[in-house]
Amino acid sequence: MAQNLEKTLIMTAADPDNEATFREFRIPSTLRCCKEPETAILEELRRHQFAEDAIFAIKLALEEAMTNAVKHGNSNDQSKNVTVRYGINAEKAVVVVRDEGCGFCPEEIPDPTAPDRLPLPNGRGIMLMRAYMDDVHYRAGGCEVYFMKRNTR
Amino acid sequence: MPEEMPHLTVKKADTVNVVEFADRKILEELTIREIEEELFKLVASEKSIKLLLNFKNVEHLSSAALGMLINLGKQVDKQSGKLILSDIKPQIYEVFKITRLNKLFEIHDTASAAMARLQ
Repeated sequence: MAQNLEKTLIMTAADPDNEATFREFRIPSTLRCCKEPETAILEELRRHQFAEDAIFAIKLALEEAMTNAVKHGNSNDQSKNVTVRYGINAEKAVVVVRDEGCGFCPEEIPDPTAPDRLPLPNGRGIMLMRAYMDDVHYRAGGCEVYFMKRNTR
Repeated sequence: MPEEMPHLTVKKADTVNVVEFADRKILEELTIREIEEELFKLVASEKSIKLLLNFKNVEHLSSAALGMLINLGKQVDKQSGKLILSDIKPQIYEVFKITRLNKLFEIHDTASAAMARLQ
């Protein structure tokens, strides 16, 4: 009974379709601090038996989103936080990463595969997220990125 | 005595520097910066360096790692050296394909094929 109750709580605690139930990490803007939410999310994905290629994709997107939030959103300002929220069940994973920066317009990010941009070292993070996730969109004027990946098992 | 490189294994095969990565994940900025430092040190040690990066151990790669490889390629070009990548797992090769960097780098399926091009 107690075990069932616990299971129910876990299942309803972070429903990917209901952001009000998401778990949340609030971390200072350092790349080192990004480890904690990443470890928690990966654990949750494994617990829900996500396929390895889906885990690979989510890990990649998470890394890109958190790096962008720390470096570009919060400009490495450690007095600002990055908030990572997530909801995961056996079917899909949703992660929302928010920074405290000024935002940006994702449509204005140039195509990194254009011949003149191909030799440039930056600007591929958002493209990779879009390629690997089933849904990526920016909210709150670009301060928040939402991404979703379906389990491919 | 060669300098310690915790992220890389470097072996010399004839004139070619064959580099293998110790990390399975080249994802985080901090790790990438350290790897970059080690690779640039190696490149600085030889003018027309022939460099083979073997990715057989690598399972994860981020956009920052791609940026680091682009900068490395530019430095090797500047020194009239040659850089070839090999043994990239299909999952990782997909990252190169999506970003079209498979057009920018010379990539071979195996280290031996890459060696043949470098010798």
